[in-house]
Amino acid sequence: MSDAVDPFEAIKVVFFQECDELLGDLETGLLAIEQGQADNETVNAVFRAVHSVKGGAGAFGLDALVRFAHVFETLLDEIRSERKPCDDVTVKTLLRASDVLADHIAAARGQGAPVDEIRSAGLVAELEALTHGEPAPALAAFVEPDPAFAPVAITMDIEADAFGFKPVAFNLADLDAPAPAADAWRIVFHPHGRMYANANETGILLRELSRLGELSVTLDVSALPDLDALDAEESYLSWTIDLTTDAGEAAIRDVFDFVETDCDLAIRPASAAAPIAEFAPVETPAEPEFDIAALLAKAQADIAAAPDPAVIVEPIAPLAPVAAKSEQPPIPTPEPATPPTASAPVATAAPAPAHAPAQPAAVTIRVDLDRVDRLINVVGELVIQQAMLAQRVIESGLARSSGISVGLEDLELLTREIQDSVMAIRAQPVKSVFQRMPRLVREVGEMTGKRVRLVTAGEDTEVDKTVVERLAEPITHMLRNAIDHGLESPEERVAAGKPAEGTVRLVALHRSGRIVIEISDDGKGINRERVKGIAVSRGLIAEDAVLTDDEIDNLIFLPGFSTAETITDVSGRGVGMDVVRRSIQALGGRISISSTPGKGSTFTLSLPLTLAVLDGMVVTGAEQTLVAPLTAIVESLTPQPQDIHYVGGHDPVIRFRDQFVPLIDVALGMGFRDAPVAPEIGVAVVVETEAGTRAALLFDAIQGQRQVVIKSLETNYQPVDGVAAATILGDGRVALILDVDAIVSSSRRRSVRHETARTELKIAS
Amino acid sequence: MTKTILTIDDSRTMRDMLMMALVDAGYRVIQAVDGVDGLETLAAEGADVIITDINMPRMDGFGVIEGVRADPAHRATPVLVLTTESDATKKQRARDAGATGWIVKPFDPAKLVDAVRRVAA
Repeated sequence: MSDAVDPFEAIKVVFFQECDELLGDLETGLLAIEQGQADNETVNAVFRAVHSVKGGAGAFGLDALVRFAHVFETLLDEIRSERKPCDDVTVKTLLRASDVLADHIAAARGQGAPVDEIRSAGLVAELEALTHGEPAPALAAFVEPDPAFAPVAITMDIEADAFGFKPVAFNLADLDAPAPAADAWRIVFHPHGRMYANANETGILLRELSRLGELSVTLDVSALPDLDALDAEESYLSWTIDLTTDAGEAAIRDVFDFVETDCDLAIRPASAAAPIAEFAPVETPAEPEFDIAALLAKAQADIAAAPDPAVIVEPIAPLAPVAAKSEQPPIPTPEPATPPTASAPVATAAPAPAHAPAQPAAVTIRVDLDRVDRLINVVGELVIQQAMLAQRVIESGLARSSGISVGLEDLELLTREIQDSVMAIRAQPVKSVFQRMPRLVREVGEMTGKRVRLVTAGEDTEVDKTVVERLAEPITHMLRNAIDHGLESPEERVAAGKPAEGTVRLVALHRSGRIVIEISDDGKGINRERVKGIAVSRGLIAEDAVLTDDEIDNLIFLPGFSTAETITDVSGRGVGMDVVRRSIQALGGRISISSTPGKGSTFTLSLPLTLAVLDGMVVTGAEQTLVAPLTAIVESLTPQPQDIHYVGGHDPVIRFRDQFVPLIDVALGMGFRDAPVAPEIGVAVVVETEAGTRAALLFDAIQGQRQVVIKSLETNYQPVDGVAAATILGDGRVALILDVDAIVSSSRRRSVRHETARTELKIAS
Repeated sequence: MTKTILTIDDSRTMRDMLMMALVDAGYRVIQAVDGVDGLETLAAEGADVIITDINMPRMDGFGVIEGVRADPAHRATPVLVLTTESDATKKQRARDAGATGWIVKPFDPAKLVDAVRRVAA
């Protein structure tokens, strides 16, 4: 009993996970319907999704969620059974209803804002109108602003509908009965053949009755035909049961609940019944037993194909002695706690442990994330150890063809495979992020009055869990931008000869070991004149600067840049593309843009598949080994004396593609050496910061490019300015992974005149 | 002798709830995720009582009942359907197909166990 978690709560967690999946299915299904790609199964799946949400919500008493899901489900059921057409208007309503359902789920989960009652009520009204063909009468109650009143109307209406408290009738009967004293009841019961065909058995019904009180049973075999005329599928036997119980009529009827339409049943208080003349039916006890044996023999002989033992054998065997001793309470009342069966000797069997069989659908296990991370960490160590071993072997001067070298190569392959497999454990399809986007697109479309169609592809593309999680925000922002800034209004589109409905595409794919996400629209493209104008007015570029189209497009990534003239609800949240770019770069990714006027824009994100390893350039500076993240590197070059200039006599800059960029001696800046060295003896690595500024980092030499396992410096030591993390190299030494942005900006701080110098030089060149 | 209950439901939440309630009551529980899986599991492992959902992919609850009744080995195995009581027509349809009884959703664990006991031999 190590598990202290309340099982009910644990199931609730599963329920909400399942809700996420169901919402995804719902969204996918509805979009397929919207695009006319739906078959019957799609509609069924959509119905089931809402139905399952309702079912689970009911189990957890999430009433508001149940109520909404119920109205939603009712309409879907109409559509499913083809009583209602699923036209365009209906699909749009269903899509919005799925959004509100998501709100209800989030609210029930204790996440997100409380449900917008007005919006929810409005949709309930719309759904009901579509279901019934007219606004529901409860509409007034729904729009009633007082939240205390509205739910009442819904509660009464829908709950009765959903769970049908039919037992009310029984309760009344119950009240009528003089409850306290034990009553005598006379039950006359004649099952139909159907009852047995449905696997109900008289013996079990009698057993259940016996739990209610004292029982005496009389078997009536008078209807039994001659053997020749006997139909084994028919039912010829009747029972008269005298029951003394204080449980009341409702409890007795409950016993017969499953069979009430498959039998003739009369339940009367014994006092109202006819005098019990047939109290001891002496004519039957001996005879039936004989008959039964004969019946059984005949049944087995004649109907060899499928004798139904339920009809003939089972009910009689336990009853014969009962009938014979009808004056005594024949079946002892079992103690109420006895769980599944009344047969005493076996009832105490210990509960079997839960047995979970393999499921044919994708077999998955849930694992604590910590365990996976620990595994990843250990595999990281393994990779390092393997590299160290390889280096030692090389240093020892063993021949390349030696057995050890060959073994090491195999080990390296295996290590890489283990690393890939372990990384795959944390991999998740980007679906979970993509699935949230249709709703966003709908909402932004509604807010901006634009007609948008979202097309997604590659949802199954997998990437590290952390990367997936951190993708949501940038994608959200870029989709908002694509609709708000990229797409034209329907009128403008039609005037430009385009379809009124704009298309926004969201695509994920794997490309050379990275994940690429493309967000494109078929809107108007970037207005370069305006972008340039804004950049000039904000002092981001010189008025007479000559920029290529690409450079102009990239201006939108500069901090503080926003093309929105008025701050709208949609994109003016104080978050610009610079923030998007920073969050992408924080993931070790890059973002690029391409735009064609009148045709649209495409943003491309390129991200590593995992945050645990990094593509790096291993360099040396003052005998220290350092790693520069490959994502930041633009180019590396050997400084030529004629390309190097000194601004103000001491700040070196280097000519790079007809521009001058600052040349930063990293080893000097980090204190590895005391005095500057001549740049010509080293190598310059041109890097680009998040903000788009370029600089050249001066190192002594480049050792090579390699994947390194990232070790957090903050966790193991403390944050160090200019250093992003650390890694362990093949030779066992710790190497620092450079934080390019921090290095460039701290060098800028040292050189106050840098910015002016750069601009002057650029223009001069 | 512990009785084995086969639960057939496409909702993980529902399967978990059924499992919890039935295991607490001392039953052995085996699970299937849809009708097709349910009939296969029944054929492979057998069961004393079957509890099936109605709305499921691949094969629904009616299909399950018909499949069970059509199999001479299980024609007398009790089948309970999980249903909402408002589905009067569905309840009748289930009964017509051969359902032994029903469990009203959302179910109360005690009532569930009660329903199982009421049909289990």
